[in-house]
Amino acid sequence: MKRISKGLLLVAFALTAVVWAKGALSINGAGATFPYPMYSKWFDEYHKKNPDLQINYQSIGSGGGIKQVTEGTVDFGATDGPMNDDQLKAYQEKHGFGILHFPTVLGADVPTYNIPGVTAELNFTQDAVAGIFLGKITKWNDPAITGANKGVSLPANDIVVVHRSDGSGTSYIWTDYLSKVSEEWKNKVGKGTSVNWPVGLGGKGNEGVAGLIKQTPNSFGYVELIYAIQNNMPYGRVRNSSGSFIKADLASVTEAAAGASKTMPDDFRVSITDAPGKKAYPISSFTWLLIPEKFSEPAKRDAIKGFVKWMLGDGQSYAEALSYSRLPKEVATKEVKALDKVQ
Amino acid sequence: MAPSAGPVSGSRSLLSRLREGDEIARIITFLFAASVVLITLLLVYDLWQDSVLPRHKFGFHFFVTSVWDPIFDQFGALPFIYGTLVTAGVSLLLAVPLGLGAAIFLAELAPARVSDTLEFFIDLLAAVPSVIYGLLGVFIVVPLMREYIQPGLKKTLGFLPLFSGPGYGVGFLTAGIVLAIMVIPYIISVSREVLLSVPRDQREAALGLGATRWESTWRVVVPFARTGIMGSIFLALARALGETMAVTMVIGNTPTISASLFSPGYSIAAVIANEFTEATGDLYLQSLIELGLVLFLLTFILNGLARILIIVTSQRGSGVGHA
Repeated sequence: MKRISKGLLLVAFALTAVVWAKGALSINGAGATFPYPMYSKWFDEYHKKNPDLQINYQSIGSGGGIKQVTEGTVDFGATDGPMNDDQLKAYQEKHGFGILHFPTVLGADVPTYNIPGVTAELNFTQDAVAGIFLGKITKWNDPAITGANKGVSLPANDIVVVHRSDGSGTSYIWTDYLSKVSEEWKNKVGKGTSVNWPVGLGGKGNEGVAGLIKQTPNSFGYVELIYAIQNNMPYGRVRNSSGSFIKADLASVTEAAAGASKTMPDDFRVSITDAPGKKAYPISSFTWLLIPEKFSEPAKRDAIKGFVKWMLGDGQSYAEALSYSRLPKEVATKEVKALDKVQ
Repeated sequence: MAPSAGPVSGSRSLLSRLREGDEIARIITFLFAASVVLITLLLVYDLWQDSVLPRHKFGFHFFVTSVWDPIFDQFGALPFIYGTLVTAGVSLLLAVPLGLGAAIFLAELAPARVSDTLEFFIDLLAAVPSVIYGLLGVFIVVPLMREYIQPGLKKTLGFLPLFSGPGYGVGFLTAGIVLAIMVIPYIISVSREVLLSVPRDQREAALGLGATRWESTWRVVVPFARTGIMGSIFLALARALGETMAVTMVIGNTPTISASLFSPGYSIAAVIANEFTEATGDLYLQSLIELGLVLFLLTFILNGLARILIIVTSQRGSGVGHA
């Protein structure tokens, strides 16, 4: 036994040595949970193409991603909500150089509900969504809801609002949207991964919200588009800024990004909720990689740049299979140019 | 463990060696015991250190205000403290009579074989992970509450503020019930052991004086075992206060202070688990850490009160016994 285990140990050592000799590079990242399935697929595929490079990613949440990349404990971060000016300043002060945002894919939130006896796909105006979440619209037969749903008989029951209880990018997108369509929401509640919800029950995770909605009659809440698609949940259409009711799908989300890409700022920190465009779905968002401007190790820098370039090109073709919306071409092209800033 | 076992199993020929071994065992086990104290102190120190910002900014207001707003940086712990105490209180109100009753049956009345078999299942229940109880809560207790229990309570006891307001299924009462299911095994298991360890002659003396079986159990055995039974209840309380996963799945996660047990609420452990990972901003993060400190203090205070209660009642008990 002893001899065998010694032999195994030797083999293991030898293997490690070989790997080391080949100069296997490992890069560590951490952050957002929403794009995790996409990222792990990408890192896996990229590793197959480049066996020397191993990218590790821990989905600890956007807040954790920003914190860890700022502290320098990981090589790159990932977030569902862009870093704010204070956070960028803090990074700059700590490191002496900045950090860049690179959009990777798109996600969206959809309104979902459970009204006994109603099977029709409901339409929601901006005022209806904001009013329900502010606690001002309390009954399903409120004119703000029925006005957009002619021919559907809605009950006079109280609406039970359901939101996420855990801090999440999903809530960030939802509150970002509400802040844009409702001045009152913007001033009273604001946008963030967790907010002080005026009304409603909290469910943990998409599955928690979905569970509460399925169980509670007359409920209304939001989940990630991907979650709704994968679980065959019914969800409603939302009126966009050009006045048409749009059902969220991969194409209408990409459309929202295309509408915003004309006015895309150079740092890519842009919110595409309530974006212009006839077919644009209004509750959509980018998710970002956070990459430092300077790397002390050239090998790591080149590896990350290589990966981002691949991700923006060939990598995008993996998105739809996992129900993520791919980036519009213009945005991807602009990002490839921005990669030059990484030194 | 190994060093303390050494002298016993080893040669006993040399007295000095034995003494040496004793000394080593004493020091090592002392260190083990001291490490518990050290870890506790370190924990408090760390929580205290990492909650500087909210302690300075909010001071005592942290405990008495009820706005929790990460966007506008306002943090008050009151609804979370309230929710933690209410759910733990409800769970004990339900679990203590049930658990104690079951323990008395198992220890005093049931045949030994039945008692041992049931004990096996009770220990099994105590080892079930809390997320399983959470799922049980979500899929069974919550629908039952919404469809039957809440409407029923409203019809019969609806005049009480405790049972007013809309019933969503989730809320304080549901969390209390799920917690009760979780802590009952602790109460039964520990209380049964304590009751079984009451000396036989206590029972025989009571029966010999003409007491019925129930009188001997209720008047003699249970009071004799009181300290241990209290211990089982405090173990249950500690678990109820700190339970995270099962509570967050059924409490509704809304910071509210309401007299109604139907109302959705929030507990300290649940909010920490929910918001910690995405807490950006130092004040926000540190406020969550201060909540951890509050939970620690709460447990500490309640445990202290429990000790005092035990001391007071056991003194009174022995006094009665002598008279």
